[in-house]
Amino acid sequence: MKALMFGWEFPPHILGGLGTASYGLTKGMAMQEDMEITFIIPKPHGDEDQSFLKIIGACNVPVVWKENDWNYVNHRIGNMMYPDEYFRLRNGIKYNFNRIYTNDLGCIDFSGRYPDNLIEEISNYEAVASVLAHQLDFDIIHSHDWLTYPAGVFAKQITGKPLVIHVHATDFDRSRGQVNPTVYGIEKRGMDAADHIMTVSDLTRKIVIEKYHQNPQKVTTVHNAVEPLPDVESFTKTPRKDKVVTFLGRITMQKGPEYFVEAAYRVLQKTKNVRFVMAGSGDMMNAMIDLVAKRNIADRFHFTGFLKGRQVHEMLAESDVYIMPSVSEPFGISPLEAMQVGTPSIISKQSGCAEILTHAIKTDYWDIDAMSDAIYAIVENPAMFQSLSRLGLEEVNNIRWQDAGLKVRSIYESVM
Amino acid sequence: MKNICFYFEIHQPIRLKRYRFFEIGQDHYYSDDFQTEQRIQYLVDHAYMPANKIISEMIRNSNGKFKCAFSISGIALEQLEQYAPEVIDSFRNLVKTGSVEFLAEPYAHSLSSIYDANEFEHQVTMHSDKIEDLFGKRPTSLRNAELIYSDEIGEMVSKMGYKTMLLDESRHVLGWKSQNYVYTHATLPKLKLLVRNHKLSDDIAFRFSNNAWHDYPLSAEKFVGWLTSMPADETIINLWMGYEALGVFQRPESGIYDFLKALPYHAMEQQIGFILPSEVGRKLETAGAISAPYPISWSGHEKDLSPWTGNDLQQEALKKLYEVSERVRLCNDKPLQHDWLMLQSSDHFRYMSHKDPYGTHYESSYDAFMNYMNVLADFLERVDAQYPTNIENEELNELLKTINSQEKEIEDLEEEVKKLRSRAAKKESAK
Repeated sequence: MKALMFGWEFPPHILGGLGTASYGLTKGMAMQEDMEITFIIPKPHGDEDQSFLKIIGACNVPVVWKENDWNYVNHRIGNMMYPDEYFRLRNGIKYNFNRIYTNDLGCIDFSGRYPDNLIEEISNYEAVASVLAHQLDFDIIHSHDWLTYPAGVFAKQITGKPLVIHVHATDFDRSRGQVNPTVYGIEKRGMDAADHIMTVSDLTRKIVIEKYHQNPQKVTTVHNAVEPLPDVESFTKTPRKDKVVTFLGRITMQKGPEYFVEAAYRVLQKTKNVRFVMAGSGDMMNAMIDLVAKRNIADRFHFTGFLKGRQVHEMLAESDVYIMPSVSEPFGISPLEAMQVGTPSIISKQSGCAEILTHAIKTDYWDIDAMSDAIYAIVENPAMFQSLSRLGLEEVNNIRWQDAGLKVRSIYESVM
Repeated sequence: MKNICFYFEIHQPIRLKRYRFFEIGQDHYYSDDFQTEQRIQYLVDHAYMPANKIISEMIRNSNGKFKCAFSISGIALEQLEQYAPEVIDSFRNLVKTGSVEFLAEPYAHSLSSIYDANEFEHQVTMHSDKIEDLFGKRPTSLRNAELIYSDEIGEMVSKMGYKTMLLDESRHVLGWKSQNYVYTHATLPKLKLLVRNHKLSDDIAFRFSNNAWHDYPLSAEKFVGWLTSMPADETIINLWMGYEALGVFQRPESGIYDFLKALPYHAMEQQIGFILPSEVGRKLETAGAISAPYPISWSGHEKDLSPWTGNDLQQEALKKLYEVSERVRLCNDKPLQHDWLMLQSSDHFRYMSHKDPYGTHYESSYDAFMNYMNVLADFLERVDAQYPTNIENEELNELLKTINSQEKEIEDLEEEVKKLRSRAAKKESAK
C-alpha cells in the first residue's frame, strides 16, 4: 500500500510534538512490509532520516513552469531531490499559480515554521499538493494536523483517493476556548471532507465530535506511542540532597504553569528539601517569575529557559518528579519520555496520555491540593518513587508505535 | 452422614477521609463518617436485615435443625452499634434460637497474624470479649482475617485455646485431598481445621444469578443433588461467604432467598444435616493432618497474600505501621489505640494493590497509598509524642517495668511499715 502523507515537521528539526509523532508513526508503520510512505514537509533540511520513507520538500516542488537545464537544477537542489524528479513533477503543473511568488525554479519558499503569514503558507502548501497529486502514485492520502488539511482535501478532489486526517490537536486545546474562526474554518472543512478522522486521544475525539459536529462513526482514536531511547543508559540521576520537581514545556496558558507554582508553594510549606524547576519558555514566563516572587519561594524555584535535544532528556532524568498540569492536552508525549528515564510523572486528567497510563499520578489540572499531595508523597516515600519509576518504565516500554501503525493500517483498509 | 457448615462474614473498614499532607500534625480525625455510614447503612438495608429475617425463618421452619455461624469483625460491630443497632438486636434474637454462633477473629480484620503475633493475640482476645459482651457466649472457633492460615498461626491459635480454625481450599496445602473432611493441625491434633468448599460457596455467592453460567438457574434441589452425588464418606461441606452475597451480590429478585429457604427442606430429605464449627470436634471424625508452611489466604487462584502485601507500596505501609505496634500497646491513650485498630484493617492495603484493588473507592492504588501514608504520618507523630522513637523499645520496656514495679514496691513497703507500726504499737501497749 502506498500512502501520501502531508506533514509540517519532521525530526531532527522540530518545533513541537507534531514532528515527533509524525516520525514515530511513520517508522512504526514502515514495519509493515508492503507499506510505502511518501512524506511531504514544507522545508526539509536534508539531514532527515529517510531510511524507512521518502521525504519530498514542498519548497522543491515546482508550481509554476520555468525553463531550467538539468545541471542548474542539480546545482540548486541536487542535495535534496534528484533533478529527474523535479522535471517529472513539473509535468504535473495543471493550474495557473502565477499569483504566488515563486523563485527561479518555479518553487515556493516555505519557512517550515509557524510564521505570521501562516494562513498564506497553508494555501501555498495546497498549491504544491495539486502538483503532487497529479504526478505521484499513491492509494491513500493522510494529512497530519490542520495546517495540512487543505492540501489533503485538494489532493482528494483531484484524484478521488480516500483521505484520512490525523488530529494531533484542535484549536480548542490551544486557545482555552477562545477559538480563532479562520483556524476553526480550516479544521472543520478538513474534517468534513475526510473519509475518516484519527484522533490522538478519546479526549480529542470527543472535541472533534462535539465541537466540529462529526459523525462519531467516522472518528477513531489512535493513541500516540513513544520511540525507545537508544541511549537510555547514558541518562542517570546525580545523587543530591534536594529532590527535584520539574515542569517542562512551553510556558503558556494551555500548559497550566500557574498551577505548578501554587502546588510548589504548598509543598514548600511542609518540607524544605525540594527544588522546583520550570524548564521552557513562553508568553507566560514573566508572569510566572512574578508569581514565584510573590509567593516568596524564589529561593527554591528555578527557571532554566528553553531546553532542546539531549538537554530535555537530561533534565527529565535528573528530576525526581515530572509534572504536566496541562489544562488541555490532546496527547502529551513528555510524561512518557520522563517515564522512559525512570522519572515518575504527575499528569492532569485533561491530558490524552492519561487514558493509556496506569503508573502515573492523575489529578485535575486545577486541583492543586491533589497535585501537591502527590508531589509530597513521591519525594517523601521512597516506595512510591520506586513503584512509579519501575512499573512506569515497564509500562511505557510496552507502548509501541508499531501497534499504533497497525491500527492506522486497519483504518486505511476500511476506507479503501 | 453429610453436614453443611455455613458461615457468613461481615466486615467493613472505617473509610479514611481525604487527608492531605498539609493536614499532618493539624488534624487528628481520620475517618470519613459519611461514607462509612452510607456504606454500612446500604448493606444493612439490602443484605443484613433481610437476610437475618430469612435465616430466622429457616431456623424456625426447620425446628432449629438449620444452623449457621457468623464472623463479624470488631470494626464492623462498632459500626453496627453506632449506625444500625437494630442489626445487633436482630443477631441477639438469632443467638437465642441456639442455632447460631459467632466466630472469633482479629478485632480489626487485620494482617496482624503475619506481622505481629502479640498484636494478633491482643486483637483476638479483644474480639472474643466483645462477642461475649454483646451476645453472651465466648467463641471457640476462629476465623482469621481473609482466611489467612499457616502452621505457625495455627499453633498460636491453638495455644490461645481455640478448638477449630477455618481456612480456604488451596491446592498446595491440600494436594490430592478433598476439602470435605475435617483435618487437624500439622503438629497439634487438638486443633481441628475446616476447609472452605471453594466451588460450591462461590456458586451461591457469585454465580447464582449469572444467566451465562451453565448451571443457571440453580435450585435448592439441584444443589442438594450435587451434595448427595459426592462420595459417601465425605462428611462436611463448608459454605462460607460474605453476608452481602445474600441481597447485594445476589439481589432478592434473583430468588436467592427462596433458594435458601428451600435448602434445609431438601437437605434433610436427603439426610444432610447442618453443623456449627464449634460442634465439629465433638461430632465428626478427623481425616489426618495438613500442613501449610507458608501463609495462605482466600484470595484469587494463587491463594497467597499478594493482594495485600504484594507490592512495594503495601510493604512500605505495613512496615511503617507495625514498627510502632509495641509502643501503641504500651500507651493508654484510648483514641490513639482506636485509631491504631482502624488503620490496621486489611482493606486499606488491598486498595493499594495494582492488580486487584477489590472494593476500592480510590482512583488508583497510588491514590490509596498517598492518602493512607498521610494519615499514618500524623498517627506516627502522635505515637512519637507519647513515646519518642529515639528510645529503643527494649529500653522503653525496662523503664516502664521500673515504673510499674515501683508502684508495687511502694505498696509492699507501705504494707510493711503498717505491720511494723502496729507491732510497735502492740509492744508499746504490752509494756
